Amino acid sequence: MNMLCQWVGLLILLVAGGCSESSTSSESQSSQRPTLYYFTWSDYVDAGVVAKFEATRGVRVVIDTFSSNEELLAKVQTGMTGYDVVVPSDFMAGIMGRLGLLAELDLAKIPHVQDLEPHLQQLSFDPTNRFAIPYLWGTVGMGYNSEVVTKPPTSWEALWDPKFSGRISMLNDEREVFGLALQSLGYSLNSVDPQVIQLAKHKLMKQKPLIKAYTSEQFDQLLVAGEVVLAHAWGGPIARAMREHPSIRYALPQEGGMMWTDCLAVLASSPQRALAMDFVNFLLDEEVALATSQRLLFASANRHVRDRLPEEIRTNTAVYPPSEMLARMEWLEDVQEAIRYYDRAWTELKVH
Amino acid sequence: MVGTGWVGFALPISSMLTNPFATSSAFPVRLSLVSTGLFLGLFFFLPLVLVFGVSLASRGLYGGISWIATWENYQRVFDPLVGVIFFRSLLLAGLTTLVCAVVAFPLAYCLARASRPWQLILLTLVMIPFWTNFLVRTYAWVLIFRADGILNSLLIRVGLLDEPLSLLFTDVSVFVGLVYGYLPFMVLPLVATIERISPQLEDAAFDLYASMGAMFRHVLLPLSTPGFLAGGVLVFIPTLGAFITPYLLGGGQNMMLGTFIQQEFLVARDWPFGSALSFGLMGSVLLLWFLLARTSVGKDPS
Repeated sequence: MNMLCQWVGLLILLVAGGCSESSTSSESQSSQRPTLYYFTWSDYVDAGVVAKFEATRGVRVVIDTFSSNEELLAKVQTGMTGYDVVVPSDFMAGIMGRLGLLAELDLAKIPHVQDLEPHLQQLSFDPTNRFAIPYLWGTVGMGYNSEVVTKPPTSWEALWDPKFSGRISMLNDEREVFGLALQSLGYSLNSVDPQVIQLAKHKLMKQKPLIKAYTSEQFDQLLVAGEVVLAHAWGGPIARAMREHPSIRYALPQEGGMMWTDCLAVLASSPQRALAMDFVNFLLDEEVALATSQRLLFASANRHVRDRLPEEIRTNTAVYPPSEMLARMEWLEDVQEAIRYYDRAWTELKVH
Repeated sequence: MVGTGWVGFALPISSMLTNPFATSSAFPVRLSLVSTGLFLGLFFFLPLVLVFGVSLASRGLYGGISWIATWENYQRVFDPLVGVIFFRSLLLAGLTTLVCAVVAFPLAYCLARASRPWQLILLTLVMIPFWTNFLVRTYAWVLIFRADGILNSLLIRVGLLDEPLSLLFTDVSVFVGLVYGYLPFMVLPLVATIERISPQLEDAAFDLYASMGAMFRHVLLPLSTPGFLAGGVLVFIPTLGAFITPYLLGGGQNMMLGTFIQQEFLVARDWPFGSALSFGLMGSVLLLWFLLARTSVGKDPS
């Protein structure tokens, strides 16, 4: 019995240990070199680029990752995070700036701000790049398997096509999903009118029986595995899935679609702002940005990069949308209090 | 008799926890009380008070917490929509507990009655999966259930199926994932209880011409009740608020309590409402616990 109890005790310890996921990056012994803490998206890490910065500046860069803007905000809001450079998306950069979490950028130290793509200049959330500078950008559209979906989808309505019942996936993101429905009904994806949001909900209710899954993490793997043939998707993962499965394609809807950009920003709590801004400038450098885009298959905010990318990346609409579509695309903005209407409608959609 | 009703119900767990670290009798009682109090205060009570405090605050304009006291979050907990989610989670957790109990009993019986070296080997086998991260084990089920996954390929090769079954992202896949994940929590308390039932009692039943079924019903089952209750609590409570399994295997189709609370914190950025929901969950579990305790005291043969 005693023996057994020891085993049980051990098991409980093991379970408790297995449940807690350690997310802290391993740190070797403290060195004399200054250390920069970089907090970025889990699929944005390019080791080669970081190694180059470490070698040329004689510093150490410690990378930690997050998987959603909300996670980033929650961590930064707790105060002493120790991070220097963070990568919030457009609307989140606006929120963090207004909350006083971001340091004012010294644009004299970041000359590459001059190289931004024209459509990424003077964005509403931070028109003068006071707090944030666009880094990588892309679109939301539809990924599909051209062996099954033989006619390229041209409208969001394709996601309501009963022909593909049980083989469609949507992002598991209330703003993206409702944004899509609102756009297909002819409204802005930043609508704050509860009645309009209800209309979108009814449209989505009709779609639900056709949906295999609402997922933001697995849609690319599901497409490759053939589990779904049509997916509401971010461009980057689809571009990477194309490498694995050549019949996967990407389409943007005639309704406009959504555009996003993730921005580089320096935290107000950073003790080494000069080094942090040097790092921001370094990431926007043409050569560095070229290597980054080639590796990660996200479009660079540096306008000189596109022409230097290999043909198959430059012309891939999952990476760079056709320029005639750019003007029609909408940005997702923070809807503040109205998030409650979205939240409730989303919960109703998931419950019924 | 070892397990009488309410007291016996908690006994296996407490003995499990204290025995491995047997305290010497020289250890001053007062010091141990202070250290226990400090530990509970710091790691249990303080976080709970913090969450309760947040549940009475309001959502800030950009999603933070603004310290304006309100009951509104608790009013929202009693929304019928939340009731539907709660009832669905309750049903799934109850079913998971039931199936875990049915599956775990024969396994626990064999483990309890096995000879010492075998017992250690078998217990290690029950434990080994726990050395792998829960997230990884849940992802493994995604690979098993996929249309081109292990299960479907096997069934097609054997000739039982012509077309792959749609298994992934259904209620069935969530249910299987939950049973798999929490089965050991049912097995271990049952082993501890059955081990304490003397095999002579079984022999006595057979000597009195009891059939296998009658022996099970009149001897084994009643004497294993404390194990079932302890295991039931260990399975039911975490399943009721489970998040990872419904999230990964459910395809985000059906909102469960765990996914709902996660959504409030990480999507809606409404920490106060998320905290109120967590407290609502905790309150309903406590209520269920008291109901269970009362019924088990009522049935107490002594």
